[in-house]
Amino acid sequence: MTRLTSISALEALRKEIISRRDPARLKVSVCSGTGCRAYDCDKVIDRLKSGISHHGLSEKVEVVTTGCHGFCELGPVMAIYPEGTSYFKIKPEDVEDIINDTLSQGKLVERLLYVDPEGQVQAKERDIPFYKYQNRVVFGNNHYIDPEHIEDYLALDGYCALAACLGGMTPEEVLETVKKANLRGRGGGGFPAGRKWETTRNAPGDVKYVIVNADEGDPGAYMDRSILEGNPHSVLEGMLIGAYAIGAHKGFIYIRQEYPLAVENLNRAIGQMRALGLLGENILGSGFDFEIAVHRGAGAFVSGESSALMSSIEGKVGEPRPKYIRTSISGVHGCPSDLNNVETWANVPIIFNKGVDWFTSIGTEGSKGTKIFSLVGKVNNTGLVEVPMGMTLHDIIFKIGGGIRDGKKFKAVQTGGPSGGVIPEDMLDLPVDFDALTLVGSMMGSGGMIVMDEDTCMVDVARYFLEFLADESCGKCVPCREGITQMLHILKMLCAGKGKPEDIDVLQEVAAMVKECSLCALGQSAPNPVLSSLKYFRAEYEAHVNDKCCPAHVCKELISYHIDPAKCKGCGKCLRNCPVNAISGSKKEPHVIDLDKCTKCDTCFMVCPPKFSAVTKLSGSETLPAV
Amino acid sequence: MSYLLAKVDQIIDGYGAEKEALVQILLDIQHEFRWLSRETLLHTAARLGLPMNHLYNVTTFYKHFSLVPQGRHAVSVCVGTACHVRGAMRLLDRVSQGLRLSPDETSADEKFSLKTVSCLGCCALGPVMVVDGKYMSNPTSNEIAVIVEECE
Amino acid sequence: MSQVNVTINGEHIKAVEGMTILEAAREAGIFIPTLCHHGHLDAYGSCRLCVVEIGEGERKRVVASCLYHISEGLVVETETDKINNYRRIILNLLMHRWDNIPVILLEKYGAKNHSRFVDNMTYCILCGLCVRYCRDVKGANVLGFVGRGTIRQVVIFPNQAAKYCPTCCPKEMECLHYCPTGVISSQYYGSRPADGQKLPHAHPVCINDDVNILEILERVGHV
Ligand SMILES: Cc1cc2nc3c(=O)[nH]c(=O)nc-3n(C[C@H](O)[C@H](O)[C@H](O)COP(=O)(O)O)c2cc1C
Ligand code: FES
Ligand code: FES
Repeated sequence: MTRLTSISALEALRKEIISRRDPARLKVSVCSGTGCRAYDCDKVIDRLKSGISHHGLSEKVEVVTTGCHGFCELGPVMAIYPEGTSYFKIKPEDVEDIINDTLSQGKLVERLLYVDPEGQVQAKERDIPFYKYQNRVVFGNNHYIDPEHIEDYLALDGYCALAACLGGMTPEEVLETVKKANLRGRGGGGFPAGRKWETTRNAPGDVKYVIVNADEGDPGAYMDRSILEGNPHSVLEGMLIGAYAIGAHKGFIYIRQEYPLAVENLNRAIGQMRALGLLGENILGSGFDFEIAVHRGAGAFVSGESSALMSSIEGKVGEPRPKYIRTSISGVHGCPSDLNNVETWANVPIIFNKGVDWFTSIGTEGSKGTKIFSLVGKVNNTGLVEVPMGMTLHDIIFKIGGGIRDGKKFKAVQTGGPSGGVIPEDMLDLPVDFDALTLVGSMMGSGGMIVMDEDTCMVDVARYFLEFLADESCGKCVPCREGITQMLHILKMLCAGKGKPEDIDVLQEVAAMVKECSLCALGQSAPNPVLSSLKYFRAEYEAHVNDKCCPAHVCKELISYHIDPAKCKGCGKCLRNCPVNAISGSKKEPHVIDLDKCTKCDTCFMVCPPKFSAVTKLSGSETLPAV
Repeated sequence: MSYLLAKVDQIIDGYGAEKEALVQILLDIQHEFRWLSRETLLHTAARLGLPMNHLYNVTTFYKHFSLVPQGRHAVSVCVGTACHVRGAMRLLDRVSQGLRLSPDETSADEKFSLKTVSCLGCCALGPVMVVDGKYMSNPTSNEIAVIVEECE
Repeated sequence: MSQVNVTINGEHIKAVEGMTILEAAREAGIFIPTLCHHGHLDAYGSCRLCVVEIGEGERKRVVASCLYHISEGLVVETETDKINNYRRIILNLLMHRWDNIPVILLEKYGAKNHSRFVDNMTYCILCGLCVRYCRDVKGANVLGFVGRGTIRQVVIFPNQAAKYCPTCCPKEMECLHYCPTGVISSQYYGSRPADGQKLPHAHPVCINDDVNILEILERVGHV
């Protein structure tokens, strides 16, 4: 690759790349994201590549190994363009048929197609409900881009926005555009990005920094990783535009080391930029200089907080510092530093490519554009979904997510991760945007959306988040450290059936103090999971306290396992699988669990064939139905 | 100088022996040796001109660092939120029982290390367990026993 | 340095720009309780006992007075019901680490032992005064934090201590006088300082040696 020294050289390169592409050639896009790799997509890709050359189809067909398509539930996934034929759960053995039928003859391989809950077969990506109701502005290009090839990004208007900014706009104009688009931070707070850029730009000091927050600490969200793995250049281009507007010449990317593939793809992308002259001195002949350094995080949720992240970049312990002076004024080494989330940065080029009016036409009054959610938990279609802001929770969970698994009843959805809260069924018509979720005691956060069904215990979920936070708090200030310790202690008591009636009040009292007195946002939001579940599911807390009952049959100390003699056919499956030999019974006779031996490991419940469903869990005053 | 410290030096030099790169350097050392020994820490501290209390602060703050040798086989159970609501705690119990290890422990023969991790990005398989990079969806006690057998 | 006008508890006060609320209040003779603050050291903001309310009406909020810098026209209240209630809860929480918190503090804010809390009687409230004094004033780095979250703690590193303490603090360990709970002197001298009993400062030990991290450090000969 030769260094590009002008914007026209970039455009010439883009033309050349596009002219070399044969539009008639079939494009087989196979996901090679982390989710699909877990399903062995590598073998599928290998077979596909060798099969295609073996069949002499290389001229006609091109294989693109891409980042995450979003529908990880059904991985490995594949889409064949231009038709958009989609195959799911592909096994290496299926590849032969795909080549013989689809690629050679244009016929469908029926068994790999998507079947919707009504039993309808949907062959095309755009007809599958999971994709149909999404608006994949940021995420959509993942299907067409091999993250190893910058050419793929360039062919899709990559670095067009940068060229437009460097070539024809002053930094002030760039800033104004982002402000007008009302782009709000996707990393949690929803702070207007343009305003943060402006503060950094106007703050005194010659040296300024821009930073990408790719720490993604929320334990149920992975959209930042999927963007960086699948389309790293979109983030880098956004970052460059921001740096130009702010007047920064150095940028940092703080990425957690738990994401090896993302780190790899990012580093490669940065190398490609440097080779093309999109990084370094005098970028595209504009006189603008910029350099990027990648910092890997070593595993600390709190280091995703802005001041802590900046301490980490300085090589220190990633502890938050008081932010009465904002990091946009005094950040890394005391220099003005603008920090934005991965998804925020990835939105920037889109605003310039498609225009402010287009961007602001999507979303709600206060929240413009789209947001990617990681729709997970007890929902049928788990994966990453990108929707316009303002779509209702109901539509996301039922239309896109296909409703609750195994015909169970919806109970609540948790948003905002450890800083967010649970939202009950009667609020499902809530439009999802920054402000609406905050109003009901949760938050949008980074986009985790964990769907819970009737088998989820709300006290246990609150306990879960506090346990996470007790471990992940930096431990510096008393409210957060001691407050979480004691709240967690009380929740553990509740889950163990040792709750006292006053516990709920104590929880609320401590929570109120922790919320207002903690040093950083981790502590300030730590009580949210407790407060919101108390607000909407108080009866469940009371059942734990007063009746020593876990209505959802989750809290181990409050449940016991039984085999319903009326249903047990004595197949012996549970008996064979029980790791502690607590189950006895002769063949074809109802089995019995010895409760003294039982460790409540759930194995018998899991292995009991669904057609019998003889193993049941009881809690509180529940008893087995009379025989 | 031992091979070990020569390697450490190579890593440190790769970052221009800059104090600021401490976390990056430690990550590389951890990756190379699977743990951070006292020897390597003392050496790193001396090379970077940093006091040991700072290194201990950093290495015990970030979860990825280990001050004890890690097992040859890394077993991780995902306890991210999505896996949690699908029964990660019960899976963790089963794995713990099967390996006879508590989370964050390494077996005496340094065969296994059991860890919990938060969200591996394959929530659809949840609850998930990963053994040496291989993902498994909600294995039963018997399946876990088989895995333990299979590992060298 | 320019003067600014602030209002604390309804009193109009002139203070020097750049001061924190705590400094301005103390200058004016207004009491704000603190545990982790010391005039010789930079503000740290960990105990949160010094919280106050600033602003008026809708825009009222709680800030740590030891860190918040005053500006012209700032309105501060140091003893509202809300603040005093928060201080009571903070003291309640701390009582489970340190059971002889000065009685005047406990009485002033009505803090009583809470039967629903779990005890973790380490006598170290992690105010960091010893660590900061040793590091920032003495440049000795004998003490340090290890761990994070609810298992964070202070450790005295014996090797460092043997190397630095005799020259840095030839008479006695100066950090002792910074420790609000007396735990450091009890570790050194085998008793609370109130007993006046002194032992030679020969064998520094680790504080709170009941937590996993230390076991780990010890097991591999790190400490
Ligand atoms: C405890 C804590 C953890 C956070 N973790 C992340 C994270 O992993 N990724 C992220 O983008 N923002 C995270 N944030 C939010 C950041 O502090 C910051 O607001 C955000 O990165 C700013 O980017 P945005 O304005 O583009 O959203 C975290 C905040 C807190 C308090
Ligand atoms: S990783 Fe393949 S679809 Fe998400
Ligand atoms: S004195 Fe302000 S937090 Fe301790």
